[in-house]
This record gives sequence, C-alpha cells and structure tokens, in this order.
Amino acid sequence: MTDLTRLTAAELAAALADGSVSSVDATRAHLDQIDAVDGDLHAFLHVAHDAALAAAARVDARRAAGEALGPLAGVPIAIKDVLTTLDMPTTAGSKILEGWVPPYDATVVARLRAADLVLLGKTNMDEFAMGSSTEHSAYGITRNPWDRDRIPGGSGGGSAAAVASFQAPLALGSDTGGSIRQPAAVTGSVGVKPTYGGVSRYGAIALASSLDQVGPVSRTVLDAAMLHDVIGGHDPLDSTSLTDAWPSMTGAALAGLADGALTGVRVGVIKELAGPGFQAGVTARFTETLALLTAAGAEITEVSAPNFEYAVAAYYLILPAEASSNLARFDSVRFGIRVDPDGGKMTSEHVMAATREAGFGPEVKRRIILGTYALSTGYYDAYYGSAQKVRTLIQRDFDAAFAQVDVLVSPTAPTTAFTFGDKLDDPMAMYLGDVTTIPANLAGIPGMSIPIGLAPEDGLPVGLQIMAPAHQDARLYTVGAAIEKLLEAGWGHSMLDQAPALARAPRTATTVQGAR
Amino acid sequence: MSEITAEQVAHLAHLARIDLSPEEITNLAADLGQIVESVAKVSQVATADIPATSHPMPLTNVFRDDVVVPSLTVEQALSGAPARAGDKFRVPAILDEE
Amino acid sequence: MSTAELMDYDKALELFEPVLGFEVHVELNTKTKMFCGCANEFGQGANTNTCPTCLGLPGGLPQVNRQAVESSIRLGLALGCEIAEHSRFARKNYFYPDTAKNFQTSQYDDPICHDGSLTIELESGRLVTVAIERAHMEDDAGKLTHMGGAAGRIQGADYSLVDYNRGGVPLVEIVTQMIEGAEHDAPEIGRTYVAGIREIVKALGVSNARMEEGNVRCDANVSLRPRGSNTLGTRTETKNVNSLRSVERAVRYEIQRQAAVLHAGGTITQETRHWHEDTGVTSAGRPKSDADDYRYFPEPDLVPMAPSREWVEELRLTLPEPPAARRKRLQADWGFANLEFQDVLNSDLLDAVEATVAAGATAQSARKWWTGEVARLANVAGVAADSLVQPAQLAALIGLVDAGTLTDRLARQVLEGVIAGEGTPAEVVASRGLAVVSDDGALIAAIDDALLSQPDVLAKIRDGKVQAAGAVIGAVMKAMRGQADAARVRELVLERAATVAAPTAGANPSGTDQ
Repeated sequence: MTDLTRLTAAELAAALADGSVSSVDATRAHLDQIDAVDGDLHAFLHVAHDAALAAAARVDARRAAGEALGPLAGVPIAIKDVLTTLDMPTTAGSKILEGWVPPYDATVVARLRAADLVLLGKTNMDEFAMGSSTEHSAYGITRNPWDRDRIPGGSGGGSAAAVASFQAPLALGSDTGGSIRQPAAVTGSVGVKPTYGGVSRYGAIALASSLDQVGPVSRTVLDAAMLHDVIGGHDPLDSTSLTDAWPSMTGAALAGLADGALTGVRVGVIKELAGPGFQAGVTARFTETLALLTAAGAEITEVSAPNFEYAVAAYYLILPAEASSNLARFDSVRFGIRVDPDGGKMTSEHVMAATREAGFGPEVKRRIILGTYALSTGYYDAYYGSAQKVRTLIQRDFDAAFAQVDVLVSPTAPTTAFTFGDKLDDPMAMYLGDVTTIPANLAGIPGMSIPIGLAPEDGLPVGLQIMAPAHQDARLYTVGAAIEKLLEAGWGHSMLDQAPALARAPRTATTVQGAR
Repeated sequence: MSEITAEQVAHLAHLARIDLSPEEITNLAADLGQIVESVAKVSQVATADIPATSHPMPLTNVFRDDVVVPSLTVEQALSGAPARAGDKFRVPAILDEE
Repeated sequence: MSTAELMDYDKALELFEPVLGFEVHVELNTKTKMFCGCANEFGQGANTNTCPTCLGLPGGLPQVNRQAVESSIRLGLALGCEIAEHSRFARKNYFYPDTAKNFQTSQYDDPICHDGSLTIELESGRLVTVAIERAHMEDDAGKLTHMGGAAGRIQGADYSLVDYNRGGVPLVEIVTQMIEGAEHDAPEIGRTYVAGIREIVKALGVSNARMEEGNVRCDANVSLRPRGSNTLGTRTETKNVNSLRSVERAVRYEIQRQAAVLHAGGTITQETRHWHEDTGVTSAGRPKSDADDYRYFPEPDLVPMAPSREWVEELRLTLPEPPAARRKRLQADWGFANLEFQDVLNSDLLDAVEATVAAGATAQSARKWWTGEVARLANVAGVAADSLVQPAQLAALIGLVDAGTLTDRLARQVLEGVIAGEGTPAEVVASRGLAVVSDDGALIAAIDDALLSQPDVLAKIRDGKVQAAGAVIGAVMKAMRGQADAARVRELVLERAATVAAPTAGANPSGTDQ
C-alpha cells in the first residue's frame, strides 16, 4: 500500500475525491508519522489526535453521502501556533500564553474548517515569531529533518519541519520578515508570503502589524497554490485586507506546469542580494538555476536596489516598535498566566511587570525594549520616523525594478541551515540573516521560496526566492511551478525524496515539552 | 557609538512593564547599544523630502457598518482569565499606597 | 486627603489672571462600538458586550465604525471645525487594567476635526468665543470597580474588578485652545462652555449627552499667571468633572487653591487632580513625569481616513440650527419673558415645550404645564419630566382645558391617568368620567338643593353678602364630584338665590338628596 504521507496535497486530494483513499486513513497515516518521528523533531506543540480523526470521519461521511466538497476536503494540515484555534491551545511559542485556549478561530482557520481540511495540530515557532531558528520557543527547539543538529529556520520552523518530514502535506505559516520563506529554504520545502492584505490577519497573534502576513507552507508549488485559494481573499474583520478579485492560484500554478511557461519571462537578479556574505554552495545552486532559466527561454537581467542596504536596519526598528505595542496586551488580566512578584506590594502594576518578566523570553524582551526606545519621545523621528522613510525608498527600488522585469529572484537565505546555538549570542548576526527576505515585507509584495538543490559543502537544501509586484501573487505560482518542474526533471525526483531517513522517535508526554 | 545606559534600559523596562533583573538590564544595555548603532544608519538616507510609509498598501476609508454582531458569551470572554469574581475580571489593587 | 488652603476668590483674581483649557469627552450613541460590532449599550450584565477585539485578545483587530466617523464629522462641523482631508488613528501606549490593549486607539498628529470655535453667552450677556484646537476620535476604557477599602475608592482598595462593556465605546475628545481673559467669569465660562457642547451634541443627536451617566465628561485645565507677568503658570488638569455645576465649582476651587499656594511662595505641581463631588474639593493625583511617554505611532491595523469633500458637504446639510440661534428664535416666537424662558431652559424642557406647541398648544400653557405639574410629578417619581408624558398627549390635554371640557383640577387627574398608561387624555376623560358637567339643568338642581338646605346662607346672599355664596359653591362642587366649572356654578348660584322658593319649615336641613 502507498505511504499516504508521501503524497502531495494535490495527489491526496485527488485520491480522496475519487474515493480510493479515505480522509480517516490519510489522517491516521499522518498522525502515525507524527507519533513516529516528532519525539525527536518536535515540530508540533499540540497534536489533536481525536479531533482530527473525528473531523476526517465527518468529511468521509459527507463525501459518501454525495455532498460536493472543496478541492482540499479531507486533506490534513498543520497550523502554526500563532493562529487562534477554538479547540486547541494557542501559545505563539510563549510561556505567557501557556494553556490558553482562545474563544475564537482566526479567519484563516475558520476558512480551513469551512473547506473541510483536517486540522492535525499546532506547530512550534520562535516566541511570538521573533527569530529565524525556532530556538526562541519557550517549549523547546524544533530540529531540521535534514540534520537534527541544525535549525529548521524560523520563526515557522515547526510548520516547515512538519511538511519536510511528511508529518503533514500542508501547513500554515506567518511571515513578518521571512518566517515562511527562510524555513522553507532550509528544510527543502515551499513557502509563500502573499501580498500584504491578501490573506486575513484576524486571529493571527500580531508581531508587527504592518509586516505580518499569513501564508501557505507545502512541499510543492501547486499544493501551496491550492491552500492559498482556500485562505485568501477579503476579510472585513481585517481593515488592511485587500478587496481584489484574485485569480485562481491553483490555475496559475497549473499554467506554470505547461510547456514553455518560462519563455519570454523577464527575471531580475538583485545585485545587492548576492556576494561575499553568501555561502558558496548557495551561490552555486542559485547561479545554476539562473542558467536553467535562461535555457528555458527566460530573460535574465541584473537590477539594482540600492536602498536594500538599509532594509534590515529599518526592519529592526519598525518591527520592535510595533511589537512593543502589540505585546502590551499580555498583562495577566484577561488571558494568559499571572505571576506574583517576589516582594513588594501586590499591585496591578507589579503583577503585570512580574508576569511579563517571567512570561517573556530574552529575545522578546530585547525587542520590546528596543521598540519602546525607538518610539520614545526624542528618538521617534531619528529611528521609527526614519525607518518609515526607508520603507518608501525600498518600495521605490521595487517599483523601478518591476518596471524592467516580471519577477525578481535571489537566494532565499544567505546560508543553509546553521547549527543550534551558532547565532544565539549575537543578535545582530541573526538579524542580518534576514537580509534577503525583509525587503518584500517592507514593501508588502509577495514572495515565494522553492528548493533548488543541495549545497555541495554540507548537503543541505538551498532555496530560491521569487518576488512579484504587489497583487501579482499568481505570477509567483506560475513561475515557481515552472522552475520546480524544470529542476525536478533534471534531478529525476523531488527535493524531499533525497532527505535522509528519519530516526524513529516516538512522541511521548515528556518529549512534548521539549528540552531547553 | 550609541551608548545605552543601564538607567535608560531600566526606564524603558518600566515603560514596557517588564521587571528586568539587574543582570538582564546590564546585558540588554550592551545588546541595545550594538543594535542601535547598527540600525541608526536609517537616518543617513531618510531625508526630509521622503514621505514616510506606515502601511504597505495605500488603502483609505475602510469602514464598517454600524450593525451589531453577536458578542462572545460571558463564559467565553472570561474563559482565559487568570482571576475572576463573578462575571468580572479580577486584578490586584491599582494604587501602591496604604 | 488634607484640606488645602484657599484664597478669597476676589483677592485671587486681584493677584492672578486665570488661564483655562477644557477637554470634553463625548460618548457617541452609535449602535456598536468604535472598532468592533459589539453593542454600545449598558445595563446588561458585566462583560456581555465583548469580543476578541474590544477585549484585546491576541489576534483581535479593529474595524472603524462608519457611523462614528459621520457623527464626529458632524460634531466638528457644528463646532465650525475644518474636517481634515487626511486623518489617521494612532496608538497611545500606556498600561492600565481598564485598557484592554494597553494602548488607547486615539488620534495624535492628524485629528479628524481641527480649528473650530464655540461662542457662549454668559448670564451677564458677555459673549465669549472659545477657540477649539481639535476634536478627535478615540475609544473608551472599561469600567473598574474598586473593592475593599472605603466606599469604592481606588485609594486603599484591596483589589479591583473590570467590566469591559464600555471598553471600545466611541468617544470624541474636544480640546480647546488656551482661554485667556476669562477673569472673574472663569468658573461660569467653564460651565457655560460645557453646557454649550452638551447642547450641540444633543441637538445633533450624536450622543445621549447625559452628564450624570458619563456621556459627556470634562477635564478642566487651570493655571494662574501673576498680574503683570507674561509667563504662563504651571497648570493642573482636574479629571472627570461630571456635572455643569461641578465644572464651575472645580474651576473656582483650583483658582482659589493655586492662588493660595503661589501667594505663600509655593509652586504648583503639574499633575492630574481628582474632583470630589461630595466635598467640593480637588485632590492631587498622578504627577506628570517621564512616565507619560505615550510613544504615539500611527495605528498599523487601521488605514488612513480621507473623507471626501462631497461627503463632508452632505453631512453639513444635515446639521440642525445652532442651539443659540434656536433659543433666540423660540423665545421671540413664544413671547416669553427672560425668566420664563430661563425656567424652561434650566428644566431642560426646551424640546418638550417646542414639540407641545407644534402639537397645537399655546406656548404659555405648554410652558405652564411642563414646568408646573409635569415637572412636579417627575420630581416625585425621580425621572426626567420629558420622559413622563409625550408632548402630543400634553397638547391634547391642554386642548381639552381650552375647550372647557376640563378644569385645571380635572386636567391634573387626567394627566395622572395618562402617565399611568390609561390611554390618551380623551380616553382617560371617558373612562374615569371626568368631563366638566356643563348641563345647567343638573347644576341648577344641585344648587337649589344646596340653597334650600342652608337657609341662613341663602338669606345672607339675598342680603347682598355675595361672599357667603362660597359655602354653596363648595357644596355644589362636592355634589358634582368636582366636575363642574366653578365660575359657572357661581353665576348660577347668584341667579338661583334670587329666584329659588323660600325655605319651608320642616324641610330636611341636611337633605341634599332628592
């Protein structure tokens, strides 16, 4: 019998639709895989065994009754723990929210349920999505399925590791400065940050409101497109939600799988996102991919984005500033833990301060203090105000580039997955790793990461980032699917088929908590 | 060189309601000094003629109709409360005085 | 709380010039809250009108209420403000348990309305134009109840309880520019200004405008400048002064208190102060300090507002007549003396009288009834007079009196019936059988009985002692159970006294019955 966990979401959806596979079987296969490997990887913070099987059974029953169901009905999915869920705890990787079960579903979660996907559980992440390694989760690290001593990227390391280790065919992520794309790159999976406003943020625990965007995590471009079609579209509960009439992303991905899809596509290579800071194997795979594109009829142009030099600096002012305010609500009054101070009068103020001291991890505190500083009287103009201007300059750089080309490409991350602890003591080094992904968030444009091979020096996945103008998410799916097809044709298999076998490590009650 | 003093960090921590330990304050002062020095370069290019962008998409006038939608139930509203009394949230005394 | 030294008011004004400023918060009466669809209404159980957005739950997001924007623009227009072509919300960051998000969603450098004014008329006839700097939108906080300690005070409380039903209710904050030259009128300017704002929001219908319920709240800023100096003094901000009279008292108190402090060589601390309605004093609250660094920044979860000029002009067309102009017009139309008109205004019955006149009553009878009997009954019931009876009902009642169907006394009984829900005045007249007896035959029979049973009185009347008729009139009115026109009875008594047969011996002295 086929291992149902090895199917793509599109393949599984087809098998469910034609009745050859039941959702209960598919769900059980993924739950079994979770039970088998997640004791070591720790991609999940919560697994909803019973609820998932019950939901799958309901889908099977409705399908048996002849009901018309959506394209992904019955397909299992993992949810990043930044999204609120009615029936599962939601912690955003933070101790301050330990055990919190929200009284509402995020809009994207409600849309998954309405489309009859089966929710497997909640995935690990850097606390409040602050990080690029998932080392900042209060509930322990998540390991990279390619090398258990390396980071799975972050903040969405759990979602990326879950799909890369076949624990789920699909997952949801959130991307504020690369938290979907960079984990995809370092785990050999696919991740998409939609145009800002393309997917609702209602129920996504805010990190930086003007940068956050929820998006799909998968193993193929087509799968990501199918998931995008389910979660995307206008939501009146999110005032920044776009009212565009979006084309079918699935249709766009299928168009990319047709022959000649890359002919005449103008591809821009951003001069500033390459060079000495980039690992040799990353540059090598990136260069090879450009050659493949040329051979497939694409026109490669080098473009310059001079203000990208300031992107990381602007990002690390805007993000902490917005985060310092967004995280103020974690105050021990309406939800979350409450911690009493050691001494002194038990006032509301002291209890809040003691709770936030105990409930937030070091990186969260660092960014809250930095953001508080950037917004303070006397510093606002120089820091936050200037960062907002840099944002304008970066948008202008993108406008100029997209006047010449259809899509822009770069390596998704400067390096392959680094080992645990490498950058923990050097926050600035960690921040600089986001240099490639941050500009898209600052400008609000869509970006995608797809795997383009392994770096020769360490045998670890390398990602290609593709960016399109705002509202042109469909273009990413067409170009991304075309490149994916081209690469797989060359390899003779998919990227993740070459991932090493995973050690069996049963998930037990003790390993759930992780070791940190 | 951007110097951030321990006193500044302590003040910021008070504004942010985080009861940092003295050791954390020392460490954060050092971290922030380094980070601020690095991010301060935004002011090099942020000249007066450049408008600020606070929203990535140029939307305006997004309004909701004045129509009541169902609220949470009281039990849902209070379900996560660390402390409650009846149907209200309970918080420690507000003023620090006798 | 220690009692502060106060300087005599006149002496304070001799030595110092008061400089004022007011921040008035108006709670809008939209159906839903400012940023979510929860009902904007009170009286239900605690925390019944809450959702992830107004409870500040993780993941909650705001959506702006269009009606609140319209109300704010109309209020701005009524105050002669410019409506900003570009306006946006900002976050004001501070921690407090009644503030669910630990920031208030307010407006900072781009308020929706700016640069207006309100001209008020003092009792002396002095006109004062108060310049308005801005009117901006924001959301209200939840309600704290302090437990333990004394009388629900925050001081000395053991713990507090939070109800977020009010959290997120739309507010407009109207901020004046500095008011100089107030001089002795400073307290009255405070009261009259707030009354003027209240009158405008009421006329616009954008707020319930009940100060006692906190729909309109005033923060009063007061500072003193020594005579002959150009330097502004340090100001205090007295918070949440919630009645017109209190505004006046609080301003006067602060002038007297600050004058005493300054005169004694002391300094004024820049601080918020609390107004104590019961004792009529202010007490020191939180001093302003570095901690008041609100770290304002543009609200990233909301997009800017750019009200089109067409929309603004459409809203301008919906503005009611300015209250001051309306008052002038109505007083002239009704021909009320100043005292009469003031009586109506002070009783908050202008709308009621106007509606009653519109329903057909004469202005004087409408005034007399509203400020008289209706106000008396309302006072007894402890409710507002205009909530007791509909103007149309009162007009109908007045119509019955004017037509002679009811005497004033009967009309008062009918009013009680109307208030008790027995129906329209006509229905109450019918059901209670209260109409005036205008059939002379029935009256004459009763009068004859009364005259004959009181021969001594009859004799006196016949002797020309007309005042003796009172006893007979009283007996007749009693016999008619009050349903007779006393003037007509008097006429008939005098007439019958002349013609009625002389008393005969043996007549039943007490027999008024047939």
